[in-house]
Amino acid sequence: MPAIVDADLKTRPPSETRSPWPDDAGKFGPYGGRFVPETLMPALDDVIDAWQEFRNDAAFRAEYEGLLSTYVGRPTPVSHAKRLSATLGGAQIYLKREDLTHTGAHKINNALGQALLARRMGKTRIIAETGAGQHGVATATACALLGMECIVYMGVVDMARQQPNVFRMRLLGAEVRGVTSGTRTLKDAVNEAIRDWVTNIRDTYYVIGSALGPHPYPLMCREFQSVIGLEAREQIQGLAGRLPDAVIACVGGGSNAIGIFHPFLDDPVQLIGVEAGGYGPETGKHAARFAAAPASTGVSGKTGVFQGMRTVVLQNADGQIAETHSISAGLDYAGIGPEHALLRDLRRVEYVHANDADALAAFQALCRFEGIIPALESSHAVAEAIRRAPSMRPDQILLVNLSGRGDKDLNTVLKALGMEGDPS
Amino acid sequence: MGRADIAAAFARARAEGRPALMPFWPLGYPTLPVSLRVIEAIARAGADLIELGVPFSDPLADGPVIQRASHIALENGASVAGCLDGAAQLRASGVRVPFLAMGYLNPLLARGEAAYARDWRAAGADGLIVPDLPPEESGALRTICAAEDLALVQFVAPTSTDARIAQSAQAASGFVYVVQVTGVTGARQNLASGLREYVERVKARAGGTPVVVGFGVSTPEQVREIGRYADGVIVASALIRAAGDAADPAAAAFEFTRALRG
Repeated sequence: MPAIVDADLKTRPPSETRSPWPDDAGKFGPYGGRFVPETLMPALDDVIDAWQEFRNDAAFRAEYEGLLSTYVGRPTPVSHAKRLSATLGGAQIYLKREDLTHTGAHKINNALGQALLARRMGKTRIIAETGAGQHGVATATACALLGMECIVYMGVVDMARQQPNVFRMRLLGAEVRGVTSGTRTLKDAVNEAIRDWVTNIRDTYYVIGSALGPHPYPLMCREFQSVIGLEAREQIQGLAGRLPDAVIACVGGGSNAIGIFHPFLDDPVQLIGVEAGGYGPETGKHAARFAAAPASTGVSGKTGVFQGMRTVVLQNADGQIAETHSISAGLDYAGIGPEHALLRDLRRVEYVHANDADALAAFQALCRFEGIIPALESSHAVAEAIRRAPSMRPDQILLVNLSGRGDKDLNTVLKALGMEGDPS
Repeated sequence: MGRADIAAAFARARAEGRPALMPFWPLGYPTLPVSLRVIEAIARAGADLIELGVPFSDPLADGPVIQRASHIALENGASVAGCLDGAAQLRASGVRVPFLAMGYLNPLLARGEAAYARDWRAAGADGLIVPDLPPEESGALRTICAAEDLALVQFVAPTSTDARIAQSAQAASGFVYVVQVTGVTGARQNLASGLREYVERVKARAGGTPVVVGFGVSTPEQVREIGRYADGVIVASALIRAAGDAADPAAAAFEFTRALRG
């Protein structure tokens, strides 16, 4: 690959609408679509209509982009992780700093956009699901800003491990409803939010937090999150004079990944998605939907229908959705956004996994070498950069999406590192 | 057996001047043997058709009662193969009432659409109900079901436009499932206001396909009221609540069904 990208590539304005998918039915090749109870189908039609009306509406764009700049703090910078890169002795690692947004993660880009859309649709009540709590905090924040009622569903397992975010949501005026059904994590929070939406369909808008669910949610989320990649593509060329060799992002539902990947899809840039390997796919306790897992675990990622979309889902041979595990609540999810399933099939994105231990090591490395406390989710992407960089040349570039900050994870990390207890 | 038996069940109830009664029970709840005794009792108590639940880990159209029942069934080892075997045992023991297998889409896809339909037909089912399969995605399964002489039920909801009601009604075979309320399954105190007009709106577009009301129906009075304008009624959560934790679930289910039948 040439060190300097040719002029045409460098000046071509990346567009958000280049990809031929989804089609009008919301299909990303064989994936996506709308698989929901009939009660929700007319509501999804309403969201599609509103989205078509407002996505290119000048006043809507101006309001959204204005808030991104004056409230969210965009553009977020790209930082050169010099000490980490030098220590690894290979490629230069750059970080897209979504951890520096207001509320501390990329989730606000999507939550704010959808909340604005909901207000234009005349909805007064907002519901959301959350895993790590970052989407819940972002939605609660958007609702406080716009003066809307906000209810957030969160599995009680996640409430325990992301306690600071529960308090933040409550301080922001949101009602946090603990979910005790199923595995009591993100997927159950999504189920419960869907049940609320079915029940309160007439006045309620459901802000889905990732690039998943029924059409048009994966599309909307991608468009709101593409700001990450649009900015980063410009910034890295300004800083390094060229496009990166690879872009790396963690993938739970896949919103930060699709957001940074999308503007690079037509570039000669390798795209790498990092799933949560948990204790390792061979143990059956993980959330790596695309990883090859031995049949003995009884769990495998297969195409199915889950929470409104056709996609790859971790399940048992009988089609029951698998219980997943990850140290990071935000990646602890059995399904994956449908566009990622297509990008995997097309081999445009390479999907790998990082285990809990890899993520923890990366978390510590970024703290010590760069003075940045990353979210455990983002630490999975950092782990992959740490794995790859040493075998690359120093003039090569890895761009990592640092999707969120790690304050929310301190309890989990201290426990995992055996550093709990009286700090005195 | 098959679609003709479903039609005959509705015709018989209509001739007797009452709505067809279709109780729901999850196969495998609380265990497979107990669920078979319960279903046999429901049939004996006069159910015209029976919805057999196929437990799923993530039943997003269901309220707490069916969620819990599904969870317990799965904890006790429920599987699609076990459900099929249970239905076949009921047929072998002489239960003749039409069966509709109610299960979410993912276990169906995991088995393969054609195999799922063929296996349910072989186990003695007369139709399928798939709550997360909207009419626009149901084409392939409709063709498969038709070839197996299985009904494939379609849903309409209070939010459905007239155009969507027409689309669902045209795609439906067996019956049109009228979701009474905006919400999940679970017993309600009162029937939705405007239910009669809503059912009439569906009937006008159903072209003679039976129209059945479900979600939230719990009492004999509600069954009678719905029978004044609909062809049938489904009772699920209220029955599970009445019988699931009873000392003798089959006896409790018999009594409850008997009372609904009036």
